Amino acid sequence: MSVTVFNWAVALPEIVLAVSGIIILVAGVLCKKGEGFFPAAILSLAAFVLCGFLVVLAPSGAGYAATFVNDGFARFMKELILAGGFVAVALSVSYRTPERQSLPFETPVLMLFSTLGAMLMASSANLMTLFVGLELSSLSIYILCAVERDNVLSSEAGMKYFILGSLASGLLLYGISLVYGYAGTMEYSGLVEAVRASGLPPMGLVVGIVFVVVGLCFKLSAVPFHMWTPDVYQGAPTPVTAYMAGAPKFAAFALFLRVMAGPFGSVAPRWQILIEAVSVLSMVYGAFAAIPQTNIKRLMAYSSIGHMGYAMMGLAAASTAGIQATLIYLAAYFVMNAGVFAGITAMRRNGREVNSIADLAGLGRTDPGMALALAIFMFSMVGAPPLAGFFGKFMVFAAAWQSGLYVLVSIGALSSIVGAYYYLRVVKVMYFDAPAPTLDRPAPSLLFVSGGMGVATVVFAIMLGPLMSVAHQAALALAG
Amino acid sequence: MNPAIASVGLGPYLFVSAALLVLGVFGIFLNRKNIIVLLMSMELILLSANLNLVAFSSAHGDLSGQVMVLFVLTIAAAEAAIGLAIVTVYFRNRGSIQVEDVTMMKG
Repeated sequence: MSVTVFNWAVALPEIVLAVSGIIILVAGVLCKKGEGFFPAAILSLAAFVLCGFLVVLAPSGAGYAATFVNDGFARFMKELILAGGFVAVALSVSYRTPERQSLPFETPVLMLFSTLGAMLMASSANLMTLFVGLELSSLSIYILCAVERDNVLSSEAGMKYFILGSLASGLLLYGISLVYGYAGTMEYSGLVEAVRASGLPPMGLVVGIVFVVVGLCFKLSAVPFHMWTPDVYQGAPTPVTAYMAGAPKFAAFALFLRVMAGPFGSVAPRWQILIEAVSVLSMVYGAFAAIPQTNIKRLMAYSSIGHMGYAMMGLAAASTAGIQATLIYLAAYFVMNAGVFAGITAMRRNGREVNSIADLAGLGRTDPGMALALAIFMFSMVGAPPLAGFFGKFMVFAAAWQSGLYVLVSIGALSSIVGAYYYLRVVKVMYFDAPAPTLDRPAPSLLFVSGGMGVATVVFAIMLGPLMSVAHQAALALAG
Repeated sequence: MNPAIASVGLGPYLFVSAALLVLGVFGIFLNRKNIIVLLMSMELILLSANLNLVAFSSAHGDLSGQVMVLFVLTIAAAEAAIGLAIVTVYFRNRGSIQVEDVTMMKG
């Protein structure tokens, strides 16, 4: 791959997204104060849809002096990331009511830029692209967490995420510098050679890889780097929480799969045990720590820690089937998670936001539609067939079993039984507890998101065939 | 290999950068006072990685490490700006930037 190969068209979706982000920013500044939010949000949604098509159309191959690559895997992850960004912006539209205009028009624009960074991460073919994409994504999220300027919880969430997030980025960068030093190159293709040539990788390279893994685990909120998750999820405005639980997680997984299956694929037995440990800890911790929670956003934080553990199981399997299973799991996680957050955003009483699980009491009688949707998502999170979550769990368990990780699969099955307790408790509160004062009627965009995701969760089995073949192609693109 | 690196070897560079990394990490974990000190510690961590990158780049005779340093410097500036902005917003709401006061949410 020579430096002269520029091949700009491979990054067409990113270029279009970046340009539209800048245009929307300028348009928002030109609008009258307080009126820019709605047009900015609609334009961002349109940009996401346009890029969704462009991702499919963009040619495959490497470009930009082999720092950027577009393949089946990148396409799959980018579609997931764009869908995550789309849902978050759609939720932010109805989070803002005429009485309570807490979110400025920059919110959708920042989500757009963060999505752009996440897409760059999914396409990285060089440690430089990795770091710049990761920082573009993270820096936008730091601001998004603290975007409700008059809310002390929001600014505290921003502060905590900023401090721990930049510490993780710093460690990741230090890891990158060591990997560069001991391998002599930043390109993934060069790293493959360097790792393969040295039968036993030098100590500095191993330390560098560990630092990179730590940084990525932090972005995934996998145990033991999860400390920030509950506080930040609780304090950040709900659409931002919904965003954080989606696109950045997919991007971090894209990097994980790309780096681990690509450059470090030939030394899989050396890092497998590390990933297995993180996976077990996340699953168990996510299941047990969620039990005493009373705030539903905190509950979802622990739930996402657990889900990341399950998704990592596919990575720990270190096989094509494992990568495919992780991709399916992430798709299933996306539909149910986005649905739950649509439900949480809808929780308002007399225009004021409420976040306690007890506030959902009696929802089965006061708003049967929303209660049904939430119940479907909760059952799917448990892994009840025939909903989306079941197929995700089944695939990762099967892939891990095939790779001989029997202990990992058993612990996963046990912790999902423990997890069933707190998910089903939400269902019990909705249907069997004495009704709390009624919640406000959900805004149309929330009904749209939760209805759409509810249908997707139920009919996931029908979509599974095509989804699996796409995921298989993606996994092959990564391994081959 | 660059003559400056060749005369002392890579070791001292790596040692200084590892020392900076440790200082930065301890500055974040042991500091119980002011959030501004945390921002300074983060800069130390980024700079330690930069020193590594420049030293390795010079030793390998490969420019990509130095290109990376330019990117990292830009990102560090953006990060410091965002950090100070968040500290300002936090101070307006809470009236304090002591580390021990960042405890509204727990559990």
